[in-house]
Amino acid sequence: MDNLRKKAKELLESKSVDLVIGYENGTNGKARAVFIKDPEKTGKLIYDERCKQNLAVYLNKHEVKHYGRIAIVAPLMVMRSILVLISECQVKQENITVLGIGNDGSFLDFQSMEVVEKYISKIPLGNPEPDQVIIDKLNAMTMEERREFWQNELERCFKCYACRAACPMCYCLRCTVECNQPQWISAPAHPLGNLEWHQLRTMHLTGRCVSCGDCGRACPLNIPIHLLTMQQAEEAFHMFGVRAGTSMKADSALSTYKPDDKENFIL
Amino acid sequence: MEQFEPKLVAFVCNWCTYAGADLTGTSRIKYATNVRIIRFPCTGRIDFMLISKAFANGADGVIVSGCHPNDCHYTSGNFHARRRWMSYNAMLTFMGMDPERIIFSWVSAAEGAKWADIVNQSVDKIRKIGPFTEYQKLVQSGIEEENFNG
Repeated sequence: MDNLRKKAKELLESKSVDLVIGYENGTNGKARAVFIKDPEKTGKLIYDERCKQNLAVYLNKHEVKHYGRIAIVAPLMVMRSILVLISECQVKQENITVLGIGNDGSFLDFQSMEVVEKYISKIPLGNPEPDQVIIDKLNAMTMEERREFWQNELERCFKCYACRAACPMCYCLRCTVECNQPQWISAPAHPLGNLEWHQLRTMHLTGRCVSCGDCGRACPLNIPIHLLTMQQAEEAFHMFGVRAGTSMKADSALSTYKPDDKENFIL
Repeated sequence: MEQFEPKLVAFVCNWCTYAGADLTGTSRIKYATNVRIIRFPCTGRIDFMLISKAFANGADGVIVSGCHPNDCHYTSGNFHARRRWMSYNAMLTFMGMDPERIIFSWVSAAEGAKWADIVNQSVDKIRKIGPFTEYQKLVQSGIEEENFNG
Protein backbone atom coordinates (compact mmCIF):
# COMPACT_ATOMS: atom_id res chain seq x y z
CA MET A 1 0.00 0.00 0.00
CA ASP A 2 2.90 2.33 0.75
CA ASN A 3 4.27 1.78 -2.73
CA LEU A 4 0.87 2.61 -4.19
CA ARG A 5 0.61 5.84 -2.19
CA LYS A 6 4.19 6.81 -3.01
CA LYS A 7 3.68 6.27 -6.73
CA ALA A 8 0.38 8.18 -6.72
CA LYS A 9 2.06 11.07 -4.90
CA GLU A 10 4.97 11.09 -7.33
CA LEU A 11 2.65 11.15 -10.33
CA LEU A 12 0.62 14.06 -8.95
CA GLU A 13 3.68 16.03 -7.80
CA SER A 14 5.45 15.69 -11.13
CA LYS A 15 2.18 16.65 -12.81
CA SER A 16 2.34 13.61 -15.07
CA VAL A 17 -1.27 12.93 -14.11
CA ASP A 18 -4.06 15.34 -13.14
CA LEU A 19 -6.21 12.97 -11.12
CA VAL A 20 -5.83 9.73 -9.22
CA ILE A 21 -8.82 7.43 -8.87
CA GLY A 22 -8.58 4.86 -6.10
CA TYR A 23 -10.24 3.46 -3.02
CA GLU A 24 -10.47 5.02 0.45
CA ASN A 25 -12.08 4.08 3.75
CA GLY A 26 -15.76 4.90 3.60
CA THR A 27 -18.46 4.79 6.24
CA ASN A 28 -19.67 1.60 7.94
CA GLY A 29 -16.32 -0.07 7.40
CA LYS A 30 -16.78 -0.09 3.64
CA ALA A 31 -14.36 1.04 0.97
CA ARG A 32 -15.42 3.66 -1.55
CA ALA A 33 -14.02 5.41 -4.58
CA VAL A 34 -11.88 8.50 -4.04
CA PHE A 35 -10.73 11.13 -6.54
CA ILE A 36 -7.45 12.80 -5.58
CA LYS A 37 -6.01 15.95 -7.14
CA ASP A 38 -3.80 17.05 -4.25
CA PRO A 39 -0.56 15.03 -3.82
CA GLU A 40 -0.77 15.56 -0.03
CA LYS A 41 -4.00 13.57 0.11
CA THR A 42 -2.65 10.39 -1.46
CA GLY A 43 -2.33 8.97 2.06
CA LYS A 44 -6.04 8.23 1.87
CA LEU A 45 -5.48 5.50 -0.72
CA ILE A 46 -6.07 1.96 0.42
CA TYR A 47 -6.30 -1.44 -1.15
CA ASP A 48 -7.70 -4.55 0.51
CA GLU A 49 -10.38 -7.20 -0.02
CA ARG A 50 -13.16 -4.65 0.52
CA CYS A 51 -12.13 -2.80 -2.64
CA LYS A 52 -14.35 -4.55 -5.14
CA GLN A 53 -15.90 -1.76 -7.18
CA ASN A 54 -14.82 -1.58 -10.80
CA LEU A 55 -13.34 1.93 -10.88
CA ALA A 56 -13.06 1.89 -14.68
CA VAL A 57 -16.71 2.95 -14.73
CA TYR A 58 -15.59 6.52 -13.91
CA LEU A 59 -13.08 6.82 -16.75
CA ASN A 60 -15.72 7.44 -19.36
CA LYS A 61 -17.72 9.94 -17.32
CA HIS A 62 -17.67 13.43 -18.71
CA GLU A 63 -16.86 15.06 -15.37
CA VAL A 64 -13.88 12.77 -14.85
CA LYS A 65 -12.65 12.78 -18.43
CA HIS A 66 -12.18 16.53 -18.54
CA TYR A 67 -9.36 16.29 -15.96
CA GLY A 68 -7.19 14.90 -18.73
CA ARG A 69 -4.53 12.44 -17.61
CA ILE A 70 -5.75 10.00 -15.01
CA ALA A 71 -4.02 7.40 -12.86
CA ILE A 72 -6.28 4.62 -11.66
CA VAL A 73 -5.89 1.92 -9.03
CA ALA A 74 -6.51 -1.21 -11.06
CA PRO A 75 -6.82 -4.82 -10.03
CA LEU A 76 -7.14 -7.29 -12.90
CA MET A 77 -10.80 -6.63 -13.72
CA VAL A 78 -10.22 -2.88 -13.90
CA MET A 79 -7.21 -3.38 -16.16
CA ARG A 80 -9.31 -5.52 -18.48
CA SER A 81 -12.13 -2.96 -18.47
CA ILE A 82 -9.63 -0.24 -19.42
CA LEU A 83 -8.42 -2.33 -22.35
CA VAL A 84 -12.01 -2.77 -23.57
CA LEU A 85 -12.61 0.98 -23.26
CA ILE A 86 -9.42 1.70 -25.22
CA SER A 87 -10.30 -0.85 -27.92
CA GLU A 88 -13.71 0.79 -28.27
CA CYS A 89 -12.11 4.25 -28.55
CA GLN A 90 -13.79 5.47 -25.35
CA VAL A 91 -10.64 6.53 -23.53
CA LYS A 92 -7.23 7.48 -24.88
CA GLN A 93 -4.41 5.12 -24.08
CA GLU A 94 -1.98 7.99 -23.42
CA ASN A 95 -4.31 9.53 -20.85
CA ILE A 96 -4.41 6.51 -18.55
CA THR A 97 -1.78 5.42 -16.06
CA VAL A 98 -2.45 2.05 -14.48
CA LEU A 99 -1.56 1.65 -10.81
CA GLY A 100 -1.75 -2.11 -10.99
CA ILE A 101 -2.75 -4.40 -8.17
CA GLY A 102 -1.63 -8.02 -8.40
CA ASN A 103 -3.75 -10.98 -7.42
CA ASP A 104 -2.02 -11.02 -4.03
CA GLY A 105 -2.84 -7.35 -3.45
CA SER A 106 0.68 -6.10 -4.13
CA PHE A 107 1.39 -2.95 -6.10
CA LEU A 108 2.53 -3.40 -9.71
CA ASP A 109 4.22 -0.54 -11.47
CA PHE A 110 3.24 -0.58 -15.14
CA GLN A 111 5.20 1.69 -17.45
CA SER A 112 2.76 1.46 -20.35
CA MET A 113 -0.46 -0.13 -21.51
CA GLU A 114 1.55 -2.63 -23.57
CA VAL A 115 3.02 -3.98 -20.34
CA VAL A 116 -0.51 -4.32 -18.95
CA GLU A 117 -1.48 -6.34 -22.04
CA LYS A 118 1.51 -8.58 -21.54
CA TYR A 119 0.71 -9.02 -17.84
CA ILE A 120 -2.90 -10.03 -18.64
CA SER A 121 -1.81 -12.47 -21.36
CA LYS A 122 0.07 -14.46 -18.70
CA ILE A 123 -2.90 -14.84 -16.34
CA PRO A 124 -5.53 -17.56 -16.76
CA LEU A 125 -8.81 -15.69 -17.28
CA GLY A 126 -12.35 -16.75 -16.60
CA ASN A 127 -15.26 -16.16 -14.29
CA PRO A 128 -14.64 -15.91 -10.55
CA GLU A 129 -14.80 -19.39 -9.03
CA PRO A 130 -17.94 -18.97 -6.82
CA ASP A 131 -19.94 -17.50 -9.71
CA GLN A 132 -18.86 -20.20 -12.14
CA VAL A 133 -20.04 -22.82 -9.65
CA ILE A 134 -23.55 -21.33 -9.65
CA ILE A 135 -23.51 -21.03 -13.44
CA ASP A 136 -22.58 -24.71 -13.75
CA LYS A 137 -25.35 -25.58 -11.33
CA LEU A 138 -27.85 -23.61 -13.44
CA ASN A 139 -26.62 -25.24 -16.62
CA ALA A 140 -27.19 -28.66 -15.09
CA MET A 141 -30.87 -27.82 -14.46
CA THR A 142 -33.62 -28.55 -16.94
CA MET A 143 -34.91 -25.80 -19.21
CA GLU A 144 -38.10 -25.38 -17.09
CA GLU A 145 -36.17 -25.16 -13.84
CA ARG A 146 -33.94 -22.49 -15.29
CA ARG A 147 -36.90 -20.55 -16.62
CA GLU A 148 -38.55 -20.64 -13.25
CA PHE A 149 -35.32 -19.58 -11.55
CA TRP A 150 -34.88 -16.55 -13.80
CA GLN A 151 -38.53 -15.59 -13.74
CA ASN A 152 -38.54 -15.60 -9.95
CA GLU A 153 -35.33 -13.60 -9.82
CA LEU A 154 -36.15 -11.08 -12.53
CA GLU A 155 -39.66 -10.53 -11.27
CA ARG A 156 -38.20 -8.63 -8.32
CA CYS A 157 -36.32 -6.17 -10.53
CA PHE A 158 -37.78 -2.66 -10.27
CA LYS A 159 -35.63 -1.24 -13.03
CA CYS A 160 -33.43 1.14 -11.09
CA TYR A 161 -30.70 0.50 -13.70
CA ALA A 162 -28.00 0.38 -11.03
CA CYS A 163 -26.55 -2.55 -13.00
CA ARG A 164 -26.18 -0.28 -15.98
CA ALA A 165 -24.69 2.54 -13.93
CA ALA A 166 -22.13 0.22 -12.33
CA CYS A 167 -20.91 -1.27 -15.61
CA PRO A 168 -17.92 0.36 -17.32
CA MET A 169 -19.11 -1.05 -20.65
CA CYS A 170 -22.62 0.41 -20.41
CA TYR A 171 -21.57 3.88 -21.46
CA CYS A 172 -24.06 4.74 -24.22
CA LEU A 173 -25.41 8.24 -23.67
CA ARG A 174 -28.70 7.18 -25.21
CA CYS A 175 -29.52 3.68 -24.06
CA THR A 176 -32.13 1.66 -25.95
CA VAL A 177 -34.08 1.42 -22.73
CA GLU A 178 -34.71 5.18 -22.77
CA CYS A 179 -35.73 5.12 -26.40
CA ASN A 180 -39.51 5.63 -26.67
CA GLN A 181 -40.02 5.92 -30.39
CA PRO A 182 -40.45 3.00 -30.67
CA GLN A 183 -40.73 1.98 -27.02
CA TRP A 184 -38.47 -1.06 -27.07
CA ILE A 185 -38.80 -1.76 -23.39
CA SER A 186 -41.83 -0.70 -21.39
CA ALA A 187 -41.04 1.72 -18.61
CA PRO A 188 -42.85 0.15 -15.61
CA ALA A 189 -41.28 -2.86 -13.96
CA HIS A 190 -43.32 -5.92 -14.90
CA PRO A 191 -42.29 -9.46 -15.83
CA LEU A 192 -42.16 -8.90 -19.59
CA GLY A 193 -40.36 -5.57 -19.47
CA ASN A 194 -37.91 -6.90 -16.89
CA LEU A 195 -37.15 -9.93 -19.02
CA GLU A 196 -36.62 -7.76 -22.10
CA TRP A 197 -34.39 -5.35 -20.23
CA HIS A 198 -32.14 -8.08 -18.88
CA GLN A 199 -31.99 -9.78 -22.28
CA LEU A 200 -31.02 -6.49 -23.84
CA ARG A 201 -28.34 -5.83 -21.26
CA THR A 202 -26.96 -9.33 -21.60
CA MET A 203 -26.84 -9.24 -25.38
CA HIS A 204 -25.24 -5.80 -25.50
CA LEU A 205 -22.52 -7.03 -23.13
CA THR A 206 -21.88 -10.33 -24.87
CA GLY A 207 -18.21 -10.51 -25.75
CA ARG A 208 -17.54 -7.25 -23.89
CA CYS A 209 -18.14 -8.31 -20.29
CA VAL A 210 -14.94 -8.79 -18.27
CA SER A 211 -16.77 -10.72 -15.50
CA CYS A 212 -16.08 -8.20 -12.75
CA GLY A 213 -19.53 -8.88 -11.26
CA ASP A 214 -20.19 -5.25 -10.40
CA CYS A 215 -23.71 -5.34 -11.90
CA GLY A 216 -24.68 -8.05 -9.43
CA ARG A 217 -23.06 -6.20 -6.52
CA ALA A 218 -24.81 -2.97 -7.50
CA CYS A 219 -28.24 -4.60 -7.54
CA PRO A 220 -30.15 -3.40 -4.45
CA LEU A 221 -32.28 -6.56 -4.58
CA ASN A 222 -29.34 -8.94 -4.94
CA ILE A 223 -30.62 -10.39 -8.19
CA PRO A 224 -27.70 -12.40 -9.59
CA ILE A 225 -27.80 -10.67 -12.97
CA HIS A 226 -24.02 -10.85 -13.23
CA LEU A 227 -24.45 -14.56 -13.93
CA LEU A 228 -26.13 -13.71 -17.24
CA THR A 229 -23.26 -11.66 -18.60
CA MET A 230 -20.66 -13.98 -17.09
CA GLN A 231 -22.25 -17.00 -18.75
CA GLN A 232 -22.23 -15.08 -22.04
CA ALA A 233 -18.57 -14.19 -21.55
CA GLU A 234 -17.76 -17.89 -21.18
CA GLU A 235 -19.97 -18.75 -24.18
CA ALA A 236 -18.29 -16.11 -26.32
CA PHE A 237 -14.90 -17.53 -25.43
CA HIS A 238 -16.11 -21.04 -26.09
CA MET A 239 -17.74 -20.19 -29.45
CA PHE A 240 -15.48 -17.47 -30.83
CA GLY A 241 -12.26 -17.92 -28.88
CA VAL A 242 -12.09 -14.32 -27.69
CA ARG A 243 -12.06 -12.84 -24.24
CA ALA A 244 -12.91 -9.21 -23.67
CA GLY A 245 -10.21 -6.96 -22.26
CA THR A 246 -7.12 -8.82 -23.35
CA SER A 247 -5.82 -6.38 -25.90
CA MET A 248 -6.18 -2.74 -26.92
CA LYS A 249 -6.90 -3.68 -30.50
CA ALA A 250 -9.27 -6.61 -30.13
CA ASP A 251 -12.73 -6.22 -31.58
CA SER A 252 -15.48 -7.59 -29.40
CA ALA A 253 -16.98 -10.97 -30.28
CA LEU A 254 -20.09 -9.54 -31.91
CA SER A 255 -18.44 -6.73 -33.86
CA THR A 256 -16.32 -9.11 -35.84
CA TYR A 257 -16.69 -12.56 -37.42
CA LYS A 258 -14.92 -15.51 -38.97
CA PRO A 259 -16.25 -16.97 -42.22
CA ASP A 260 -16.05 -20.42 -40.65
CA ASP A 261 -17.86 -19.78 -37.36
CA LYS A 262 -19.48 -23.07 -36.40
CA GLU A 263 -23.13 -23.32 -35.47
CA ASN A 264 -25.55 -26.25 -35.63
CA PHE A 265 -28.99 -24.68 -35.79
CA ILE A 266 -29.23 -22.75 -39.06
CA LEU A 267 -31.16 -24.74 -41.65
CA MET B 1 -61.37 -30.34 -32.42
CA GLU B 2 -60.19 -27.51 -34.56
CA GLN B 3 -56.52 -27.61 -35.43
CA PHE B 4 -54.29 -24.97 -33.82
CA GLU B 5 -53.11 -22.52 -36.47
CA PRO B 6 -49.88 -20.91 -35.28
CA LYS B 7 -48.92 -17.37 -36.20
CA LEU B 8 -45.42 -17.08 -37.57
CA VAL B 9 -43.43 -13.98 -38.37
CA ALA B 10 -40.61 -14.28 -40.88
CA PHE B 11 -37.79 -11.74 -40.82
CA VAL B 12 -36.06 -12.09 -44.14
CA CYS B 13 -33.36 -10.24 -46.02
CA ASN B 14 -34.23 -8.31 -49.14
CA TRP B 15 -31.56 -9.81 -51.37
CA CYS B 16 -31.89 -13.56 -50.92
CA THR B 17 -34.79 -14.93 -48.93
CA TYR B 18 -37.31 -12.27 -49.94
CA ALA B 19 -36.45 -12.89 -53.59
CA GLY B 20 -36.52 -16.63 -52.87
CA ALA B 21 -40.00 -16.35 -51.39
CA ASP B 22 -41.01 -14.36 -54.46
CA LEU B 23 -39.73 -17.22 -56.61
CA THR B 24 -41.82 -19.66 -54.57
CA GLY B 25 -44.85 -17.64 -55.59
CA THR B 26 -43.97 -17.24 -59.24
CA SER B 27 -43.18 -20.97 -59.39
CA ARG B 28 -46.74 -21.58 -58.12
CA ILE B 29 -45.51 -23.63 -55.15
CA LYS B 30 -48.10 -23.74 -52.39
CA TYR B 31 -47.08 -23.32 -48.79
CA ALA B 32 -48.63 -22.69 -45.39
CA THR B 33 -50.35 -19.33 -45.05
CA ASN B 34 -49.48 -18.95 -41.36
CA VAL B 35 -46.45 -16.84 -42.05
CA ARG B 36 -46.21 -13.05 -42.23
CA ILE B 37 -43.10 -12.01 -44.09
CA ILE B 38 -41.27 -8.84 -43.07
CA ARG B 39 -38.54 -7.63 -45.37
CA PHE B 40 -35.23 -6.25 -44.06
CA PRO B 41 -32.25 -4.87 -45.94
CA CYS B 42 -30.02 -7.58 -44.49
CA THR B 43 -29.94 -10.22 -41.76
CA GLY B 44 -27.40 -7.98 -40.08
CA ARG B 45 -30.25 -5.51 -39.53
CA ILE B 46 -32.43 -8.01 -37.67
CA ASP B 47 -32.05 -7.00 -34.04
CA PHE B 48 -32.85 -9.64 -31.42
CA MET B 49 -35.30 -7.17 -29.90
CA LEU B 50 -37.44 -7.52 -33.03
CA ILE B 51 -37.84 -11.20 -32.23
CA SER B 52 -38.96 -10.48 -28.67
CA LYS B 53 -41.36 -7.85 -30.00
CA ALA B 54 -42.81 -10.40 -32.41
CA PHE B 55 -43.43 -12.79 -29.53
CA ALA B 56 -44.84 -10.02 -27.35
CA ASN B 57 -47.26 -9.15 -30.16
CA GLY B 58 -48.63 -12.64 -30.35
CA ALA B 59 -46.35 -14.61 -32.63
CA ASP B 60 -46.00 -18.30 -31.81
CA GLY B 61 -42.88 -18.71 -33.87
CA VAL B 62 -40.32 -16.66 -35.74
CA ILE B 63 -38.37 -17.50 -38.88
CA VAL B 64 -35.15 -15.61 -39.53
CA SER B 65 -33.67 -16.12 -42.93
CA GLY B 66 -31.11 -14.54 -45.20
CA CYS B 67 -28.34 -15.10 -47.68
CA HIS B 68 -26.04 -18.08 -47.42
CA PRO B 69 -22.61 -17.34 -45.90
CA ASN B 70 -20.34 -15.63 -48.47
CA ASP B 71 -23.40 -14.47 -50.46
CA CYS B 72 -24.29 -11.38 -48.46
CA HIS B 73 -25.09 -8.33 -50.57
CA TYR B 74 -23.13 -6.28 -48.05
CA THR B 75 -20.33 -8.87 -47.81
CA SER B 76 -20.49 -9.56 -44.08
CA GLY B 77 -23.97 -8.81 -42.75
CA ASN B 78 -24.94 -12.45 -42.43
CA PHE B 79 -21.62 -13.37 -40.79
CA HIS B 80 -22.27 -10.77 -38.10
CA ALA B 81 -25.85 -11.98 -37.82
CA ARG B 82 -24.69 -15.56 -37.40
CA ARG B 83 -22.54 -14.64 -34.39
CA ARG B 84 -25.44 -12.69 -32.95
CA TRP B 85 -27.81 -15.67 -33.29
CA MET B 86 -25.25 -18.01 -31.76
CA SER B 87 -25.00 -15.71 -28.74
CA TYR B 88 -28.74 -15.13 -28.64
CA ASN B 89 -29.47 -18.86 -28.64
CA ALA B 90 -26.94 -19.40 -25.87
CA MET B 91 -28.53 -16.65 -23.80
CA LEU B 92 -32.08 -17.92 -24.30
CA THR B 93 -31.01 -21.42 -23.35
CA PHE B 94 -29.33 -20.14 -20.19
CA MET B 95 -32.46 -18.18 -19.29
CA GLY B 96 -34.54 -21.31 -19.69
CA MET B 97 -36.30 -20.27 -22.87
CA ASP B 98 -36.01 -22.99 -25.46
CA PRO B 99 -34.95 -21.38 -28.76
CA GLU B 100 -37.01 -24.00 -30.63
CA ARG B 101 -39.61 -21.37 -31.55
CA ILE B 102 -37.07 -19.43 -33.55
CA ILE B 103 -36.09 -21.02 -36.83
CA PHE B 104 -32.96 -19.81 -38.58
CA SER B 105 -32.18 -20.63 -42.16
CA TRP B 106 -30.24 -19.56 -45.20
CA VAL B 107 -32.43 -19.35 -48.30
CA SER B 108 -31.00 -17.94 -51.53
CA ALA B 109 -32.93 -16.18 -54.28
CA ALA B 110 -32.87 -19.40 -56.31
CA GLU B 111 -34.25 -21.62 -53.55
CA GLY B 112 -37.98 -21.06 -53.91
CA ALA B 113 -38.70 -24.69 -53.10
CA LYS B 114 -36.49 -24.58 -49.99
CA TRP B 115 -38.43 -21.56 -48.70
CA ALA B 116 -41.72 -23.45 -49.05
CA ASP B 117 -40.14 -26.39 -47.19
CA ILE B 118 -38.80 -24.19 -44.40
CA VAL B 119 -42.18 -22.53 -43.87
CA ASN B 120 -44.09 -25.81 -43.96
CA GLN B 121 -41.66 -27.49 -41.57
CA SER B 122 -41.70 -24.53 -39.21
CA VAL B 123 -45.49 -24.35 -39.14
CA ASP B 124 -45.67 -28.10 -38.42
CA LYS B 125 -43.08 -27.76 -35.69
CA ILE B 126 -44.80 -24.82 -33.99
CA ARG B 127 -48.18 -26.48 -34.36
CA LYS B 128 -46.80 -29.46 -32.47
CA ILE B 129 -45.25 -27.27 -29.74
CA GLY B 130 -48.50 -25.35 -29.38
CA PRO B 131 -49.29 -21.70 -28.69
CA PHE B 132 -46.70 -19.63 -26.81
CA THR B 133 -48.85 -19.26 -23.71
CA GLU B 134 -45.96 -18.71 -21.26
CA TYR B 135 -44.93 -15.59 -23.13
CA GLN B 136 -48.49 -14.35 -23.48
CA LYS B 137 -48.85 -14.72 -19.72
CA LEU B 138 -45.88 -12.38 -19.28
CA VAL B 139 -47.45 -9.94 -21.73
CA GLN B 140 -50.77 -10.04 -19.91
CA SER B 141 -49.20 -9.46 -16.51
CA GLY B 142 -47.63 -6.37 -17.99
CA ILE B 143 -50.92 -4.99 -19.24
CA GLU B 144 -52.64 -5.48 -15.91
CA GLU B 145 -49.89 -3.70 -14.10
CA GLU B 146 -49.79 -0.85 -16.58
CA ASN B 147 -53.53 -0.30 -16.18
CA PHE B 148 -53.16 -0.48 -12.43
CA ASN B 149 -50.51 2.22 -12.53
CA GLY B 150 -52.85 4.37 -14.56
